[in-house]
Amino acid sequence: MTIPVLQVTNLQKRFGDFAAVDGISFSMKPGEILGLLGPNGAGKTTTIQMLLGLITPTTGSIQIFGLDLSSNRETILQQVNFSSTYISMPQALTVEENLWVVARLYGLTDIARRVNEIVKKLEMEDFCHKVTRKLSSGQMTRITLAKALLTEPKILFLDEPTASLDPDIAEKIRALLKEERRSSGLSILYTSHNMREMEEMSDRIIFLQRGKIVAEGTAQEIVTRFGQADLEEVFLKLARESRIGGKP
Amino acid sequence: MKLHRIFALIARHLYLYRRSLPRIMEIFYWPFLDLVIWGFITLYLARHQSELPGFVTFFLGALILWDMLFRSHQGITISFLEEIWARNLMNLFASPLKPGEFLAATMAMSVFKVACVSVVMAVCALLFYSYNVFTIGLWLIPFVLNLVLTGWGIGVLTTSLIMRFGQEAEVLAWSMVFLFQPISCVFYPMEVLPGWLQMVAWVNPAAHIFEGMRAVLGGEGSPSMSLAWAVGLNGMMLAAVVGWFYRTFAYCRDQGLLVRIGE
Repeated sequence: MTIPVLQVTNLQKRFGDFAAVDGISFSMKPGEILGLLGPNGAGKTTTIQMLLGLITPTTGSIQIFGLDLSSNRETILQQVNFSSTYISMPQALTVEENLWVVARLYGLTDIARRVNEIVKKLEMEDFCHKVTRKLSSGQMTRITLAKALLTEPKILFLDEPTASLDPDIAEKIRALLKEERRSSGLSILYTSHNMREMEEMSDRIIFLQRGKIVAEGTAQEIVTRFGQADLEEVFLKLARESRIGGKP
Repeated sequence: MKLHRIFALIARHLYLYRRSLPRIMEIFYWPFLDLVIWGFITLYLARHQSELPGFVTFFLGALILWDMLFRSHQGITISFLEEIWARNLMNLFASPLKPGEFLAATMAMSVFKVACVSVVMAVCALLFYSYNVFTIGLWLIPFVLNLVLTGWGIGVLTTSLIMRFGQEAEVLAWSMVFLFQPISCVFYPMEVLPGWLQMVAWVNPAAHIFEGMRAVLGGEGSPSMSLAWAVGLNGMMLAAVVGWFYRTFAYCRDQGLLVRIGE
C-alpha cells in the first residue's frame, strides 16, 4: 500500500461561530494531482493556508510525508511550495532578484544554474531582468509559479495557477506541471474555476461546499453521482445550493 | 536559526536600496535635514552659552543619538511594512522561515540603517558645526549599542501591533517612537519631569543613556551606573517584546490575520 504524502484528518477551522472548514479528511498519494473544487467561500483557500502552516487549525491533524505539520513545520515546508493568483512578489526587485531571494531562503545550491533553468522552462527570458512591478498579470502568474517550482518541491499547492494566463501559456503551464509530476513524482493539490482544466489535470477531485466535503472521486464518478452532464453542471448545481443554503 | 534564511531577507532588502532613490533618501535626507535645522537653531541659542555652558555639545550630541534610536526602530518596522506593501508575507511564512529569523533579519537591517545614518550625521556635524561626535569619547560605543537595543525593543513592539491590527496601524511605524521621546529625556535632564513622569522615564532604557551622555559631557564622571541600568532594562524590554511578538504571531495565525494583512 502506498503511504500518502498528505494525510488530513478531521480538519476544522472555526472563526467564532463560523466554520470555514468543517471536519474534512482526505489524503494524497505520491505523484497524484488532486483537484479541490467548490464555490467561493467553500473553504478551499483556508484549507490550503492550513496546509501551508499559515493558519492554525481549530481541531484535526495534518500529516505531510508522515510528519505532523504542527511539530515539523521547518522540515515539511522545505519540501513544499505554493503558487496563487492572489499573492505577489516584491515589486521593486527584478524577476531574477526575486528568484535569487527565494533560492537563498530555501538554502538552494548552484543557484545561478537553477534560476536559469526555471527561467527557460517558464519562457521568462524576455522579462527576467525586468522590475516585477512592470510585469503583466500573466507574467506575474508565471513568476509566482517559477518561485514555486524553483525549490523542487515534493508537494505543490496551486490556487488558481492559470487564472490570468493566455490560453496558449496556460496550456504550456499545464503541460509543464504534468511533466514535473512524471519526471519527479511531484504531488499537486490544485484549485481552479476552469472545469475543463480540472478534468484534464486532476486524477481525483474533492468537492467542497460550506467547509465540508460533499463529493470525492474522479471527474467522471462525480458527474455520474450528481446525474449532471459535466463537471461544470455539478459545480453550478452546488454553487446555487450553497447560495440558497440547501443540501447537496 | 538558519543564517542562509536571514541573509536571504537581508539581500531582499538591500536589492530594494540598489535602485530606489526614495529609500536611499529616507536614510540620508531626513537625518541631514534634522541636523541642518536643529544645528542652526543650536548655533543661535549658543549665543547664550554663558547661561548654559556646552549647549552645542549637549544638544547636537543628543540629536545625533536620538536619530540613531529612531533609525534603529524604523529599520525593524519599515522592513516589516515593506513585506506588507509587497504582499510578500505569505511567501515568507509559507517557507521554512521562522519568526525569529524574520526578526533577526529586520534587526540586521536596522543596524545597516543606523550605520549609514551615523556616518552621515557625524560627518555633517563636523563639516557644518565643527562638532566632533567623539567628544563623548569611548562611552559613545556602549551608548549607541544600547540605543540600538532600545530601538529594536520599540520596533518589535510596533511590528507586533501592526501585525495584530493590520495595515491601518502602519502609522505607528513612524509615530510610536515619538511616544517614547518625552520620557527619553533626550534634550533635558530627567529631573525636569514631574515626579510621576520621572518614575515612568526611569524604566525607559533610553532615558539612562541620555542621562549618561550628559554626565560625560558635563564632566560629572563615569556613567557606568546609567549604562548598567540601560543594559538591564533593555534586556528585560527585549525579552518582553520578543515574547509578545511570538504570542501575537501565534494569535494572528490562529485568527487567519497573517494572510489578510495588507488586503
